[in-house]
Amino acid sequence: MVDVLDRPLVMDEPAHESHGPSGVLKWITTTDHKVIGLSYTITAVIMMVIGGAFAEIIRAQLATPNGTLVSLAQYNELFTMHGSVMIYLFAGPFAFGALANIIVPIQIGAPDMAFPRLNALSYWLYLTGAITMLSGFFTAGGAANFGWVAYAPLSNSVNTPGAGADLWIGGLLLTGFSAIFTGVNLVATIFYLRAPGMTMFRMPIFTWNLLVTAILILLAFPVLTAGLIMLYADRHFGTHIFSVAGGGVPVLWQHIFWFWGHPEVYILALPFFGMVTEILAVFSRKPVFGYKGMIFATLSIAALSLGVWAHHMFTTGVVLLPFFSIMSLLIAVPTGIKIFNWIGTMWRGEIWFSTAMLMAIGFVVTFLIGGLTGIYLASPPLDFFTHDTYFVVAHFHSVVMALVLAAMGGLYYWGPKITGYLLNERLGKIQFWFLFIGTQVFTLPLYLLGLRGMPRRMAIYPHDPQWKFLNDLSTVGAVLIGISTIVFVLNVVVSWKKYPAGDNPWDGQTLEWFTTSPPPHHNFYRLPPIRSERPTWDYNHPEHRSVPHGHVEVDQ
Amino acid sequence: MKTEAKIMLGLGLFFGLMVAVYWNWGHENAGSVMMFSGMLLGFLPGSYYYWWSRRMRARPEDNPNATQSQGAGVVGAFPGTSIWPFTMGMGAFFVVLALVFGIWFLVPGLALVVWALFGGTAESRRGGKV
Amino acid sequence: MESPALPPQGASTRSRRWRRVRRAAVLPLAALALSGCTVPTFGAAPGDTTSSRSVFHLWQGFSIGAAIIGTLVTVLILYAVLRYRRHGDAIPKQSQYHIPLELTYTIVPILIIIGLFAATLVVENKELANPKTNVTIDVNAFQWGWKFSYPGYSAVVIGQTTQDPTMMMPVNTNVHINLTSTDVVHGFYVKAFNFSRYALPGVLNQFTFRAVNTGDFFGQCTQLCGLYHSLMFFNVKVVTMPQYQAWLASFNNSSSASAANAFSTAQRQQTSSIVPSKPYLSKGAN
Repeated sequence: MVDVLDRPLVMDEPAHESHGPSGVLKWITTTDHKVIGLSYTITAVIMMVIGGAFAEIIRAQLATPNGTLVSLAQYNELFTMHGSVMIYLFAGPFAFGALANIIVPIQIGAPDMAFPRLNALSYWLYLTGAITMLSGFFTAGGAANFGWVAYAPLSNSVNTPGAGADLWIGGLLLTGFSAIFTGVNLVATIFYLRAPGMTMFRMPIFTWNLLVTAILILLAFPVLTAGLIMLYADRHFGTHIFSVAGGGVPVLWQHIFWFWGHPEVYILALPFFGMVTEILAVFSRKPVFGYKGMIFATLSIAALSLGVWAHHMFTTGVVLLPFFSIMSLLIAVPTGIKIFNWIGTMWRGEIWFSTAMLMAIGFVVTFLIGGLTGIYLASPPLDFFTHDTYFVVAHFHSVVMALVLAAMGGLYYWGPKITGYLLNERLGKIQFWFLFIGTQVFTLPLYLLGLRGMPRRMAIYPHDPQWKFLNDLSTVGAVLIGISTIVFVLNVVVSWKKYPAGDNPWDGQTLEWFTTSPPPHHNFYRLPPIRSERPTWDYNHPEHRSVPHGHVEVDQ
Repeated sequence: MKTEAKIMLGLGLFFGLMVAVYWNWGHENAGSVMMFSGMLLGFLPGSYYYWWSRRMRARPEDNPNATQSQGAGVVGAFPGTSIWPFTMGMGAFFVVLALVFGIWFLVPGLALVVWALFGGTAESRRGGKV
Repeated sequence: MESPALPPQGASTRSRRWRRVRRAAVLPLAALALSGCTVPTFGAAPGDTTSSRSVFHLWQGFSIGAAIIGTLVTVLILYAVLRYRRHGDAIPKQSQYHIPLELTYTIVPILIIIGLFAATLVVENKELANPKTNVTIDVNAFQWGWKFSYPGYSAVVIGQTTQDPTMMMPVNTNVHINLTSTDVVHGFYVKAFNFSRYALPGVLNQFTFRAVNTGDFFGQCTQLCGLYHSLMFFNVKVVTMPQYQAWLASFNNSSSASAANAFSTAQRQQTSSIVPSKPYLSKGAN
């Protein structure tokens, strides 16, 4: 069915009720961004559980210096697939495929994504990519075992023969194309399908961040795809792009990988920054503080993030240290602006501690730790000191666990909009405390371990039994995080269709809270006038518009 | 359309600056090539948007005082359901499996991809049916 | 492809003047960091080489900054969270911009960043300087072990997986390390020296240590290099110059193994069948 849509969309009843198929066939043939987004969400959360299970095994193995839970070979597979699943299959797709897919078109008043069928194709590539990558475990040689960064020449056909590595490459090719298509779709949607009055500087921060994320995807992912094809050619077609023996340059892989890999960090992070910004504003009942500053901070983070890739390669000895050092340090500035703006948003607000808000505050605190320790790593001498130790592991786990907190906040915040039903707040708060405390108990000992010299990716540490205590502590944290995931699943089961949400349960500010929960087939029956970046708030509270600092209200 | 153009052009400009600094400072090939391509990727769509923004009237979404009725008219044709994305996805899946398990996977893979290409195009042209 | 064009770090004469300017700017900060025996260690250790100490002081400087900013931000968050709890249905003032405040928290971080960068440059140039020396050790990493050879002497120490080889080096002397890899990327990491560097195939990495204490130190491969990565250890033994020379001499006299017997963990070989005696270098990179 093709619906030719007219504006204005003023409809009293669902005029475009889908007459399409139902059941499995509906899932397979849908091009509705909300259904696709929901598929993304569910798949990504399943991936998070799988990746989390790998993490629990890793932590159990490290609980004793001579752990025998898994063999050395299995351990290499486990941390490779833990990293790969979490980065490629959970965090990325969850960031720009799941909630973004559902929320961005609604936030700008669009009926759907610009290319609905391309959107569906993105999902199928993502799903098949995930299956491809994980199926490495069922091959004779096991899954890929060269780390999620696949440094050449360890990833060549001599050092890692076997189908697992090829499946890893294939899975990444598929998910890479999925990401590129989603990026194209988001840019086109945001540039061409906004509602009348929704100028660029009236878009919600979440949408802005997704726009910047999409541009980053378009810049970064093709590089990874090209690199993977080169890697595959080295493995099977006899080229010597990354091998010294044939005149190739191994470090070229690191350049290519990190030219994708560092923007990828922000591709993961920016959507979650956007979620947190929205949540903090709504639950403080205030506008986003420093809205324009926030946008410029996002844009400068994106620009800088493309010029810092070699800070992952300081210890190679063949990169321009001062250039990458200053560029990396500078990223701290826009990031700092964001943190201060988040505090400014809460300042003098009326803070409602819902689960989503707790998750968002937990994000800010955890991200602060991860951000501050990141500044150390931008300094080459300190990077020589801590590179490839658990300090780095702790740093990026602080960051990604902050993103997990934000993701959970996003689910609690937008879940009611997507499903029409609230989650249980009591269980949500229990989940928050397990997740938040677990995260700190998990990461903080790892910083110390790194400073005491424990390198990453070690299955055993027979020479250094003194590391056992900190490792045990970290394992306890990992268990707490695991419990929080169980609480979340329990919450979904317990609250299943139990607490109807209504259209606007949180007194939301942006357009998605103007439509019904869940939204109709093409999102809106009608639209309010759009005169600021929070049209729903203006509509519901016309007497409480945003004011700049120093503004004196005349009639009071 | 002007803001959109400025974002992309700004990105291209930033990369132009960076690649100039980086190349003159480090003489490193890989990064310079990648940043140069990044510059092109900023300028290409950016100049297209800019070119258009000079030749079109401001759209309702660029007008801060637009009313909803100013956006009246056809937004576009949105397919309700379609089997072709799934078909193409499965085709791509088989093509990738051919990288791992053997060249014969290309046969069903490419067949599905080509079928989906024709099917999807035809669906758009005739107004669409599942 | 990229390595030959890069000048060795810290060797450019053009930037020397700039460095002097930067050093002047950072002096107060560095002095603050250096003066502090009472400054907390923030989890790190001073280490046992001259540069490891500078790195440690840089670490302290960064940590002081991080502690101040971290505390400030945490206090602000806590204050906001505790003070502005929702009391009723009142809608707070919808203030959105405060340009002076926003500019402050843009400019102050930039200044801090410039300070940190300047301090970084000072330490970096010191650490990566390659002063002239006549003690050179060729370190070759391979799956999964290390080979230490001493150019001009017949001393070669090789050890794999469970036989951790020992790298002998003299104290209070600049020791020049030539680091190479035979197969995949390895990481040469000595915790006590607060330093690590990749051993990259096709690249010759050079750096200098100047140990200030004698003793035994642990070293380890930090970059994933395959199955036995977790077992790729080595030892570093820093001895006095006479001891070092006696040890070197012991290799020339095959009958007197007395000096060498002290280091039983090291497996010594005159010729190597495991790795080529010349570090493998590609034509394009050195």
